[in-house]
Formats: sequence, C-alpha cells, structure tokens
Amino acid sequence: MNLMSGVEQEAAVNQAIEPSIKMRGEKVSVFYGDKQALFDVDLDIPECQVMALIGPSGCGKSTFLRCLNRMNDTIDICRVSGNIQLDNEDIYAPHVDVVELRARVGMVFQKPNPFPKSIFENVAYGPRIHGLTKDRTDLEEVVTTSLQRAGLFEEVKDRLDEPGTGLSGGQQQRLCIARAIAVSPEVILMDEPCSALDPIATAIVEELIAELRENYTIVIVTHSMQQAARVSQKTAMFHLGNLVEVDETDTMFTNPKSQKTQDYITGRYG
Amino acid sequence: MTDISQPDAFRLTKELARERRQAQINKRFAAETRFKYLGLGAVALAVAFLGLLLSTVVFQGLPAFAYHYVKMPIAFGGIKAGTDPKTVDYDTLYKDAVKEVLPFASGRKDRRVARGLFSAGSVILLQRQANETPELLGTEGDVYIPVSDFTDLYLKELVAKNDVSRPSVSLTISKADSGYILTAPAGTFGRAISDVRQAIGDRAEAQFRELSSLRKNLAEQARIAGSSSAEAVVQKAKEATEALSSQVERKQAGYDALIARQTASEINEKMDAILPSLLVHAAGGTFKATMLSSGKVEAVALVPPSAEGFTGAGVAAGDWTLRTIKVAESNRKFSDKEVAMIEKLRSEDRIERRWNSIFFGYGASREPEMAGVWGAVVGSFFTMLVTLAIAFPLGVSSAIYLEEFAPKNRITQLIEVNINNLAAVPSIVFGLLGLAVFLNWFSMPRSAPLVGGAVLALMTLPTIIIASRAALKAVPPSIREAALGVGASRIQAVFHHVLPLAMPGILTGTIIGMAQALGETAPLLMIGMVAFIVDVPGSFTDPATVLPVQIFMWADFPEPLFQQKTAAAILILLGFLVIMNAIAVLLRKRFERRW
Repeated sequence: MNLMSGVEQEAAVNQAIEPSIKMRGEKVSVFYGDKQALFDVDLDIPECQVMALIGPSGCGKSTFLRCLNRMNDTIDICRVSGNIQLDNEDIYAPHVDVVELRARVGMVFQKPNPFPKSIFENVAYGPRIHGLTKDRTDLEEVVTTSLQRAGLFEEVKDRLDEPGTGLSGGQQQRLCIARAIAVSPEVILMDEPCSALDPIATAIVEELIAELRENYTIVIVTHSMQQAARVSQKTAMFHLGNLVEVDETDTMFTNPKSQKTQDYITGRYG
Repeated sequence: MTDISQPDAFRLTKELARERRQAQINKRFAAETRFKYLGLGAVALAVAFLGLLLSTVVFQGLPAFAYHYVKMPIAFGGIKAGTDPKTVDYDTLYKDAVKEVLPFASGRKDRRVARGLFSAGSVILLQRQANETPELLGTEGDVYIPVSDFTDLYLKELVAKNDVSRPSVSLTISKADSGYILTAPAGTFGRAISDVRQAIGDRAEAQFRELSSLRKNLAEQARIAGSSSAEAVVQKAKEATEALSSQVERKQAGYDALIARQTASEINEKMDAILPSLLVHAAGGTFKATMLSSGKVEAVALVPPSAEGFTGAGVAAGDWTLRTIKVAESNRKFSDKEVAMIEKLRSEDRIERRWNSIFFGYGASREPEMAGVWGAVVGSFFTMLVTLAIAFPLGVSSAIYLEEFAPKNRITQLIEVNINNLAAVPSIVFGLLGLAVFLNWFSMPRSAPLVGGAVLALMTLPTIIIASRAALKAVPPSIREAALGVGASRIQAVFHHVLPLAMPGILTGTIIGMAQALGETAPLLMIGMVAFIVDVPGSFTDPATVLPVQIFMWADFPEPLFQQKTAAAILILLGFLVIMNAIAVLLRKRFERRW
C-alpha cells in the first residue's frame, strides 16, 4: 500500500510536467508468416518515464517491444507494417542503419545473457564497436560508470577480468543492464527482466529501473502486476494482439476503463 | 463371497500388487545388471582388440626404427682432395673395401656371398654421401654402409635363433685331408647332439605320419581286392597293393634308419643341410661341423683360421665359442657362410646398430634396406597443407553463411541435403572427380600434392561444414541477441561472439576431417599418387606419395624388411594422428580459457 502511495506521488509530479513523446507507434501490425500477431497498435512512449506493457501470454507485448529496436528483423518470417518513430523519425525508413538504432534503443532480455567473456569485456564491447571511446582510460571510465549505474560495481570491482557467466543470476542481469547503458542509449527496452530472478534480485533490479528513469526512457514488459505498479508511470494493456488500454499506471490500476483490464489486473483472467 | 466363486474376476489387492511389484523390480534389476555386464564386456572386447592391434604394430614396427651398419674402410683417403665427386669410381672403391674386410672371400662364389651381406644400394649411397660432403674425398676414415635386409634380420635375431655358448674346456684343431678335425673332451658338443637328435626325431615323426597314411591306403586296397567280385577291379587293387607295399617298405626302412640314428649309443652323425648347424668360432676362423660325435668334430672352415691363431696347439677354454642354429640351413634365407662372415665382422667391431636414418631420411626404393618413409611424410605434409588451406576457410565460410546468413528457402535446403549426402560419397568417387577435373580439364600435374590436397579437400569439406554448422548451431541464440541488442551488426555478432564460441567444435570437426584425409588412400590412387617416387618432394607440384599409399605399397612387397617398414610407417601415421589430436585438444583448451 505504501508502495502505491509512492507511485501516486510520482504520478502527481509527472502530471505536473507533461513529458514529451520519445517513441511513437502508429498502426503497428506484425505478421509471423500468415499469422498476424499485432493489430494496428497506436502507442506513445513518453520520455524519461517507465512504460510497462502488460497482458496475458501471447498477447503481442514482447513482439511490440522487439519492434521498437527492430530485433524482429532477425526473424525471417516476421513482417512489420505501420509506422514507428524515434524522435519523430521513422525507424523503419530505408536509410536508417539498424546498428545505430540499436545503439540508441538498447535492450535487456528475459534471461540474463552475458557474453562468455570477462565482466569488463561484457560492458566494454558496446562502446568499442561503436567507437565511443578513444583510448583505454576512457573505456575503463565508461565501464566503471556503467557498472556503478547498474549498481554492480562494488560487488565486482576486484574481479573485472573474471567471466561474466560466473556471476549470480541477479548480478548477471545487472551486468546486462550495465552493458546496455554503456553505449549511452536513449531508450532501454526490457523484456521481462526479472522473470528469471528471485525476489531479492528482483527488488534490486526494480530499484535500479527507478533510478535509471531519470536519464533513460524505459519500456518494460512484465507479467507481474505488482512490478508494473511499482516501477512504471504508464501502463499499456495488450490482449490478443490488440492494445486494450493505455493510461497512467495508478489510474489503470485503480480505475481501469476496460472490463478486460479490470479482469486481468484483479487476477480473474490470464 | 461371490468373488471366490467366480474364478475369472480379477482383483488387485494390496498384497497382490506388492507381490507383483516386487517381481517386476527383480526382473528390472536382472535386466539392468545384464545390461551393465554386456556394456562392460563390449568395452573390454574393444580394449582387447585395440591392444592387440597396437601391440602387433608396435612389435612389428619397432625393429625397423634401428638398422645395422657396417664400418667400411672406403679408401677416400687415396683420392686427391678437391676431386669432382662425379668422376670418382665408387664401384671399385666399394669392391676394394669389401675385399679388405673379408679378404678370405676370394673365389667368385664367395665374393658374391660377401657382397650380398651389404646393401645393394651401397655404391649409390657412397656416391650420394660424397656429393653431399665433397670434403669426404681425400680424408681417411670409415664410412658406414647399411647391411643387406637379411643380414639386418639376422643381426636382429629374426632369421633364426642362435644358441651361443663358450665351453670351459680347451679345443684342439688339426688339419685333415678335406678340412679340419676339432677335438674336445667328450660331452662338449652334447647340446648340438641333442638338437640334432631332436631334428632327426621330428623327421622320423613326419615319416611315421606318412607311413601310417600309406598303410591305411594299403589296407583299403587289400579290402577291395578281397571283397570285390569284378575281375578288373580285383586286378587293379592288387597292382595298387603291390606298389603301395613296396613304398611302405621303403618308408619303413627310412623310418627305422632315422630311429636308429636317434637312439644310437655311439654318435657319429653326418651333418646334412636339413639338420641344425653347428659352428665353432676359434683361432680367428669359423668351422662348420660336417661330422659330429661326442668329443670330435670333422669340420670345414667357412672363415679360415688366422695364421697367428692356428698354431697347432690347443685353443684354451674361453677362447672359443660354439654356435648352434636349430633351423636347418635349407630352411632359412641366411646361410652358414653368411653367418660366419657377419660374425667375423662383428668380432672386429665393424657392425653397429644405429638409428635408421635411411628409413627416416629417404624416399621409396625397391631395395628394402634403402626404402625410407621421409618422401611419404613430406608428401603427406604438403598434401595436408593444401587440404587445410582449401577445406578450412571454404568449409567454415560455407557453414557460417548457411547457418547464420542464408535465407531459409528451397535452394538452401537443397544445398544442405546435398552437403549431407556428399559426406557419404565413397572417397574413390572424389578421386575420379579429381582425375576428370583437375588432371584432364585443368591439366594440373599428375601425382602432385597440389592435386591430392585439392581432392582430399573436396572429400573433407562436407565433414568440416557439417561439424562447423553443428558447432554454430550449438551456440545459444541468446548470445546473438545480446550482441545485436548492444548494436552489433549481424556480421559483428557472428565474428565477435558466435564464431569464437563455436571454434572448439569447428576445430574438432576440422581435425577429424584432416585425420580422415591423412589416412585416405583410394582417391589418391586415381590421380597417380600411388606411383613409385624415389625423390623426396620439394614443392606442391613435385611428384609425391603419401603415408597411407606408401603403407599400401609396402604391404604388397614380400620381403620381411618391407613388412617391418610397413608396420613402422603405420606407427608414424598413428603418431601423426596422435599429434594432430593433441594439437586439437590444446587449441580447444586455449579457446575455452578465453571465457
């Protein structure tokens, strides 16, 4: 309950200063072969806020998330129509370099997937391939800051050259977050980042998300209503490939407009 | 109550269930135990076969690693230093040296025997040595010449077992009309006598077996003669009976004579070529017994005694040796004369067992002692280099393209199926392909490692592609996603993350493919790498042969030394395979340490 009150306070603050729109999806439809997975979704993602995407399994929320940095391109049979904009620019336009897009829109996956390399290399890889740092000291600085922001630095500062795969699940996920923020993205997409973690690690990651919100726009897919309520300012509800409802999180959780949302968040459905 | 009266009704009571469960458990237990022992048995059988194979090859091949050389006083010192090595008459030099070490071999026949002790390639070897080091001309000193193949076998005690003893009695040598008479206290030659008697006994036994089969025939014919009513048949049988009975009589007489010889109390045995040999080394000469009795031997000199040794006085105990060779002279490839000559050289410290540098340094030859494996090793090396240079980059690139970048459609599916089928194509077909395409169409040189390597590369490609694809597929997709998620391009993701992780598997596949190629014979036969090539190849286009083909060719030759060299070459091939696998393991370890 007191968590809710915290969210309410934040929401109040956010309402005071209307945030600008960072990303915008217009009539986004996604097809896997002949099967349509997403139907004409219109969704605005506000800057420097956490937007939660909720809905039962297979409702298309992960598909939509993966459209935002064109990760769906890697699936041969996947086809996207509609219009998705980042800072008012169409990210599916032919001249857009997908590598640059993904540098601006980072991603954290459901299962922690650090590279089987050292902790340092994990974080340094992104800055290196994008040429963000000119020399070793810069790189070390970036790695240190990223790890610090991800709240991992204190735990691993003595073993930066040890393999990232040797960390615990929660640490690995924070390492992945550090890796994502090391390339200074503008948006971070998180696909159920806590589903493979225990409650304590989840709490740490959630805290981290709350901190990251100050600098990054975050879109998070979650199956946990409580998590959505705790970390997000806005929530979008998906069902069977349709966007059912999108609203301020506290409004959504206290007074949903749609009966489906009502059923889903109270646990009567899904 | 009604249950009991109805025998058909089945009721699974708790007790019955427990009982049946227990029975089932016992059955399962027995089955599992059976399976365990079957598995153990299979493993034991496999290990036993492997051990048998390895031990056979090792025991056969190891003797070929060393060879016997004779120190020859080649008169290079008599030639003026700085002479052109091409103008020297090596044949005469060599003949003179043989004359010098075996001066008693003066007759035409003896000289031929003497020269047969040493390698037929001796003159060529001398020539080659002088060409390589012209400083040799004009300097005194011995030159090491390899012995002939049978001499080497004899020296390795693979021809016949020699029984050498040094009796602790003195020996008197006196000259007789047709040779020498050696006398020693009675019983000195007891060992030789017992060997001779055993040989006679063996022959008597063989005679006896023939005799009994003859007798059986005889009895059969007699039965026919007695029972048949047809005149002609009886007549024929009678004739046969007569012929057989005279044969039986002859055999019987021979058998009796042998038995008499074997059991005679007074020994006076004439030593013919089918009896064991008794050689006596004394007074600087070697005597071969022709008539043997307990304390006296009539003998001929195979190596004449030296003037200072043969004084007429007795030879003191310990200064003479007795050599018996159980295998009769007619049954072995190394005559008593040759034994005597080589033992003479050995007593003069002219024979040395050395590392077989010919085997490891030379190419093929028809002379077993001159045949070396080096040409084949170098040929294999060049061929493998070509194979690796073609198959590895091509195979790994194809695998990466097919696995990571190729669109999944009909065409790529067709390619996939064909690659998998290619792995099952008999290797000789690749040889035919090489013959048709590389030799006939591209007009590339015959028997060259370049072509052999190309053919083997074609053969190895599917293995490498399949193994590499499996290795790439085994890398979790989350790694690709992670890389793409940070903003790596697909090529970066593959080359920075997926490929290094797949490398151990790819290397294993490559090594397996290369090992397969290293042991391959059939396709190389088609492109002429089975030819008899004497020179060690110096480049990728020189005519060459490879190890397995060399083994295949040597295995065809009847000479025992070639059999040894075959086994030795197999050992070398196995050695290379072990080294390759060790490299693979090391590489994998190194790659694995990176993460």
